[in-house]
Amino acid sequence: MAEDPAAPVLLDVAGLKKYFPIRQGLFRRVVGHVKAVDDVSFFVRKRETLALVGESGCGKTTTARAILRAAEPTAGTVKFLTRSGSVVDVTSEPRASLRPLRREMQLIFQDPWSSLNPRMTLLDLIGEPLLVHGMRSASERQGQVEALLKRVGLRPEYMGRYPHAFSGGQRQRIGIARALALRPSLLVADEPVSALDVSVQAQILNLLLELQLEFGLTYLFVSHDLAVVKHLSDRVAVMYAGRIVEIGQADRVFSAPRHPYTEALLSAVPEPNPEWKTRRIVLEGDVPDPAHLPTGCAFHPRCRYAIDRCRTEEVPLAADASGHLARCIRADELTLAGVATPVV
Amino acid sequence: MTRMVAEDVARTGSGPAPLLTVRDLCTWYFSNEGVVHAVDGVNFDVHAGRTLGIVGESGCGKSVTARSILRIVEKPGRIVRGSIHLHPPAGQGEPRDLVQLREDGPEMRAIQGGDIALVFQEPMTSFSPVHTVGNQIIETIRLHDRSMTKALARDRAIEMLQMVGIPRAERRVDEFAYQLSGGLRQRAMIALALACNPRLLIADEPTTALDVTTQAQILELLKRLQAERGMAIMLITHNLGVIAEMADDVAVMYLGRVVEHAPVRELFRSPQHPYTRALLRSIPSLHVPPRQALATIEGTVPHPLNRPSGCPFHPRCEVAIAGTCESHVPDLLPIGTGPAPALVSCFLHHPFGDGARQETN
Repeated sequence: MAEDPAAPVLLDVAGLKKYFPIRQGLFRRVVGHVKAVDDVSFFVRKRETLALVGESGCGKTTTARAILRAAEPTAGTVKFLTRSGSVVDVTSEPRASLRPLRREMQLIFQDPWSSLNPRMTLLDLIGEPLLVHGMRSASERQGQVEALLKRVGLRPEYMGRYPHAFSGGQRQRIGIARALALRPSLLVADEPVSALDVSVQAQILNLLLELQLEFGLTYLFVSHDLAVVKHLSDRVAVMYAGRIVEIGQADRVFSAPRHPYTEALLSAVPEPNPEWKTRRIVLEGDVPDPAHLPTGCAFHPRCRYAIDRCRTEEVPLAADASGHLARCIRADELTLAGVATPVV
Repeated sequence: MTRMVAEDVARTGSGPAPLLTVRDLCTWYFSNEGVVHAVDGVNFDVHAGRTLGIVGESGCGKSVTARSILRIVEKPGRIVRGSIHLHPPAGQGEPRDLVQLREDGPEMRAIQGGDIALVFQEPMTSFSPVHTVGNQIIETIRLHDRSMTKALARDRAIEMLQMVGIPRAERRVDEFAYQLSGGLRQRAMIALALACNPRLLIADEPTTALDVTTQAQILELLKRLQAERGMAIMLITHNLGVIAEMADDVAVMYLGRVVEHAPVRELFRSPQHPYTRALLRSIPSLHVPPRQALATIEGTVPHPLNRPSGCPFHPRCEVAIAGTCESHVPDLLPIGTGPAPALVSCFLHHPFGDGARQETN
């Protein structure tokens, strides 16, 4: 879906933090914090896809969980535009009143093998959210489940079967049907295709794109796979060590990144074409330990453009003229390599 | 050399003899529910200094092929047919058929980790959690070279860790696997595999569990080590990007069979088998325009116990020939001429009756 700047903001995350205490000693005293998510702010417009990308441990999944309050955020606000038109702060809502909100924000999990209860049939699995949210009539539920199964490409006759009878791709379709059951407006998809085979991955990506158009869905798409992200997002937020280091229009982030980490990340993706010998930037070392982050810019020890100021100065996210944000002192002076756009 | 191997060498023309020749390899699993043909008639050669990429989706038999070569197939699996010839360096004796060796015999033990080493996907589970990384490397070295003293082996272990780019190797050698990050652990795994100078390194999804930037480091490392040591690499992966970047030749597997075998550029430029074509079209790439529906392959990989008759790909194939593909198994045959023609197993390229064999199972 093309970016529509006039579309209302569905999800507005501001200053989101999730710290995990590190306890030590006899009295389990808190001696420090793992800053898994540190001051993350972004918004997602209605019917748009925002991708959160980054490597393991960068905080992308924790961000998604904190937004849904599957993990209690340490600080920050998550404003969500409900169907009734009111704006609710998910973080300050009492737990009891989260349920109606959860109808509107659903989650698709990464691992289709562990996210479905093996003792429930498809009818129970997909019908459960309907029952919980008040659809008492069994025949009505069955009708809904039938329609959902058809829509995600599974045969309705299968609704009496258990998840073990299905392949990974089919299970992911079941997970999607379950998430769609309550007609949510926001779908948070945490690595929905990472566990799937290539040929099946394409089927699920196509399905997600179709469903978005059909149901007017908004996606918050969490992934480490940049090719997948490029394929379906409007805007991309790149995370590193708990913070967003760059956020902008997908085509801009991919063609003209403004943060050296994004540049390195893009160059590291092996391209499925042996004729393209890409200029590879191999980063030294590993992602920093989130309990002991480097001072200044957390990326500076691995950055080939680092200058002295990077070691000491905290860098804010700063925008260029087009509103493309990056957390780098040198963002304006550097010309970083992106992915060349092919002529089609 | 067996007759078949000699013929193949003649066919592929000049060039050095291969290091490993796999012919008609069949590894089946005999379970209560039935027989799973995990590997069903696989043929390929591995050459010194070159990388053979083996690509396929889950259940295609790529890992079982690797395990068969090392003779570490788990029960109830067993090699039922075929040969795996390991050729010694020129002028040093006759090739040995690994299938004929005893799985746990001294000859096979010397080959495992000696001539042929394996790098697994998950380095956490392949290191012992209760021994230091260094001790495991030292043990391997001393197992294969009895004359090596502990102190010498330790020096060698440190040297290996340095070679794979582990910083402060003299300290890391005394650490446990859990103390290393994913990338360092995979480097240590490679150090362990290379400790005895193998001539063939089998890397089974070596970067699948790693992040992209770490993956880039490991791929660069493998390339450098290959250039320095001239070893052969058999790289097993489902990631076509990794294949494009690393492999010289590629074997595409589907349900236990090689369906296409070609030099890497040729495979990506003009894939010949319908499965390879569909696979290449279905991957999202950084270089294709976004938001277009990706080409898909209908259905899913069949359950191994539910193997289709004839060409295993025919139920999902867009161009299957009715009356032929569902009843006959196509052979892997060369297309075109030239010194190293691509091999394809498909009746579109080799019409039925032209060298194809009848369905036997």
